[in-house]
Amino acid sequence: MDSQAIATHPEQEHAEHPPYLRHHFATVEQQKETSTFGMWLFLLTEIMFFGGLFTAYLIYRNWYYPAFVAGSHQLSIVLGATNTAVLICSSFTMAMAVYSSEMRWRKALVGWLLATIVLGSVFLGIKAVEYHEKWEKHHVPGLNFSAAGFMHEDPNYPEDKPLPRDMAEKTQVYFSLYFAMTGMHALHMVIGVSILIILVIRAWGGAYTQGHMTTIENFGLYWHFVDIVWIFLFPLLYLISRHQ
Amino acid sequence: MSTIVTLPDQQTASLPKRSYLNEEYGLKSWLLTGDHKRIAILYLISITFFFFIGGAMAGLIRLELLTPPTDLMAADTYNKLFTMHGIIMVFLFLVPSVPATIGNFLIPIMVGAKDLAFPKINLLSWYLYVVGGILVLAALTLGGVDTGWTFTTPLSTHYLNTHVITAGLAIFVAGFSSIFTGLNFIVTVHRMRAPGMTWFRLPLFVWSHYAASILMVLGTPVLAITLVLVILERVMGIGVFDPAKGGDPLLFQHLFWFYSHPAVYIMILPGMGVISEVISTFSRKRVFGYTAVAFSSVAIAVFGFFVWAHHMFIMGVSNYSALVFSLLTMLVAVPSAIKIFNWAATLYKGSITFETPMLYAFGFMGLFTIGGLTGVFLGSMGMDIHLTETYFIVAHFHFVMVGGMLMAFLAGIHFWWPKMTGRMYPEGLSKLAALTTFIGFNLTFFPQFILGYLGMPRRYAAYPPEFQVLNVLSTAGATVLGVGYLLPMLYLVWSLKYGKIAGANPWQATGLEWQIQSPPLTENFVETPVVDYEAYDYEWLANKTKHEVQTVG
Amino acid sequence: MSELTEKEILDTEPTHHAEHIVSPIVYLVIFGALMFFTALTVAASYAELGPFNVVVALAIACIKAVLVILFFMHVKYSSRLTKLTVAAGFFTFLVLITMSMTDYISRAWGMW
Repeated sequence: MDSQAIATHPEQEHAEHPPYLRHHFATVEQQKETSTFGMWLFLLTEIMFFGGLFTAYLIYRNWYYPAFVAGSHQLSIVLGATNTAVLICSSFTMAMAVYSSEMRWRKALVGWLLATIVLGSVFLGIKAVEYHEKWEKHHVPGLNFSAAGFMHEDPNYPEDKPLPRDMAEKTQVYFSLYFAMTGMHALHMVIGVSILIILVIRAWGGAYTQGHMTTIENFGLYWHFVDIVWIFLFPLLYLISRHQ
Repeated sequence: MSTIVTLPDQQTASLPKRSYLNEEYGLKSWLLTGDHKRIAILYLISITFFFFIGGAMAGLIRLELLTPPTDLMAADTYNKLFTMHGIIMVFLFLVPSVPATIGNFLIPIMVGAKDLAFPKINLLSWYLYVVGGILVLAALTLGGVDTGWTFTTPLSTHYLNTHVITAGLAIFVAGFSSIFTGLNFIVTVHRMRAPGMTWFRLPLFVWSHYAASILMVLGTPVLAITLVLVILERVMGIGVFDPAKGGDPLLFQHLFWFYSHPAVYIMILPGMGVISEVISTFSRKRVFGYTAVAFSSVAIAVFGFFVWAHHMFIMGVSNYSALVFSLLTMLVAVPSAIKIFNWAATLYKGSITFETPMLYAFGFMGLFTIGGLTGVFLGSMGMDIHLTETYFIVAHFHFVMVGGMLMAFLAGIHFWWPKMTGRMYPEGLSKLAALTTFIGFNLTFFPQFILGYLGMPRRYAAYPPEFQVLNVLSTAGATVLGVGYLLPMLYLVWSLKYGKIAGANPWQATGLEWQIQSPPLTENFVETPVVDYEAYDYEWLANKTKHEVQTVG
Repeated sequence: MSELTEKEILDTEPTHHAEHIVSPIVYLVIFGALMFFTALTVAASYAELGPFNVVVALAIACIKAVLVILFFMHVKYSSRLTKLTVAAGFFTFLVLITMSMTDYISRAWGMW
């Protein structure tokens, strides 16, 4: 493991000293690799951050499976699948934005970033609709939760047997996790869209199509990560035992 | 007594004309700095401030415990005191102590770089720390928290009306300060090393900080989400930890300790890094078994993630799970022990001198060994059932954290003070302070092992009268300890103006930081160093011709 | 520099990565695959597979995640260091889950 340290070449730095090269870096290459590595480490913290929620989900799903099934059936597969598709599209548009930045196509970059913003906003809009529906049905834990609906026959869900009282009350645990996990995810989407707006404005001014692609690439990593979280949230929350 | 200190001729010596301290003047140049050294000083001032507050609380706790009944304050107030003492000392002092001050200052220099990888994020780290600290003070002034620093549910979520949310938010913010510091260190060590500075030429100080940084980055986010869940539970009653709604209070503890156990390694590893440097310098000998010590640091970091439930043996985890965690706890002690053995082997046949940093290092070795061994006792489930939640635990963690980590911090501050400020501290007074600290520490905390073994519970303001003698001893010790900590604060500040000029390398130490001027330039190096010698190469140091350290001006 | 194999380069410079611009064709293919797997996972949830429902769902989710990581996030074209970093993150997450489960699978109390 006696690897050589990355050689810095101070002689070359005068030749290639673009304005975006910070002074404590010797080369653009070093700066780029450093900032990407930093971004990956930040994503590691995000994995562990969501990881706590997934741990809680795992435990409670095992304990209260019937309640989780009943709760999951209250979510709309159509809206959930649509949102999944929307996010996958937005990952595609984001990847294309990175490509445009690498190819130095300013207008294409702006276009793809705008597309990502639109798709991200669509996702958030659909989420808002879903949350509103939950509020209407008294499925918001702690605020207006009522397990009554799960204890009786529901004409909308003929295959769902009514649950005994103590298991019906556990649907609140399911919805707590639903809101905590999708809420935390939505918060990350909001932050992502906000940063995208700033990036679009700066991209229009040409900031990312003159060789400095790192910001777009690193933001792309963040955006894809948020997509991956949803890739796991969708089946775990929406698709529990749909054959019942 | 012999000494290796070599100072320049005091009649003619002066501080360098240009350094990071006088590069720019004005409050803005400090508050908006990107210079890792200035940020280190900002951290030093802040953590000292919080150490004072936490220390004052410790004083009040010991004062209450002079007498068996709860007579100095109400029991609820006492609960608030030990909670705030824990929160402040753990999150606002111990976690950032060495990494954010000495680490921030030295890591770029030790790897041969001009700054950390992300200077702005470094500054952000400090501001997050300050915000976290302000929130803790807010919780304090609004009335305090009394859950214990461990926020155990359902006490913290359902049964107390104190400022849990504010405290939780404070720790959440301070946690991100820690995450960003760790992130910065990892990237810097991987990507910013000077030519020739291979991994195995790095000082062990850097290895320790690298290992601690891995823990910071991977462990702290779990604490963050746990606190979020506690806050949601308090604000909205979501029920994730509430048995009445189907939640499991033990889940909180699993998530909390998943961070908080690695946290103790976050706290101690940087201190161990300091000890490696100090012991080597004051034995004039390279650290024995460099590779073993380096890999032990990483091993502590990795194994540290596997043992958290040894804090939960009596909380209701299953016996099988407790068995697994107990076994793994035995394993995690091994790398720490390897380090102690290697330091001892470094001392063997070395040319030992007893400057103040070395005194603190000796204190560390003895006290950390005792603290660590008692940790192994506690890791054994059978012992833990009797000793947990007693003063044995309190003594154990104070031995490792105060006898260990705080001594290492003081060792580091004294060792690198000449580099950071260009001046020496007064040696006679500092030796006195070190001795006072050692005596005070033992008097304070050794009786607590006995108290715990005899059954005195922790976190109680009142106790049976038969425990009073030991408690009085402990409080007396705390007074002595307080003096021992006050002295450095006073003479270090004094030395800023009146201390002897130190020169570039007063300790004749190896390492890149001793090849540059004291205090260093803002850009650290006049030209990028090229490294072609191993760490702790005292022969290289002796053989090289008297190298004029390029002092600017 | 003489001809070094890719492996030799990686051995001496673990942070080296190919200066590679991923083509939009790759992105389109992966996009298509992701949509396909999404449809598949919805369909699979309607099948009666007993305990394997969750296995299938997680397996598909993992495949999708791996595709995003390797191609959209360029990890396939990244340095060894990046690959190791990603692995370390998931490993730690797995430690959290599995070791917490050692407790929960071996006790019955607490299931309120």
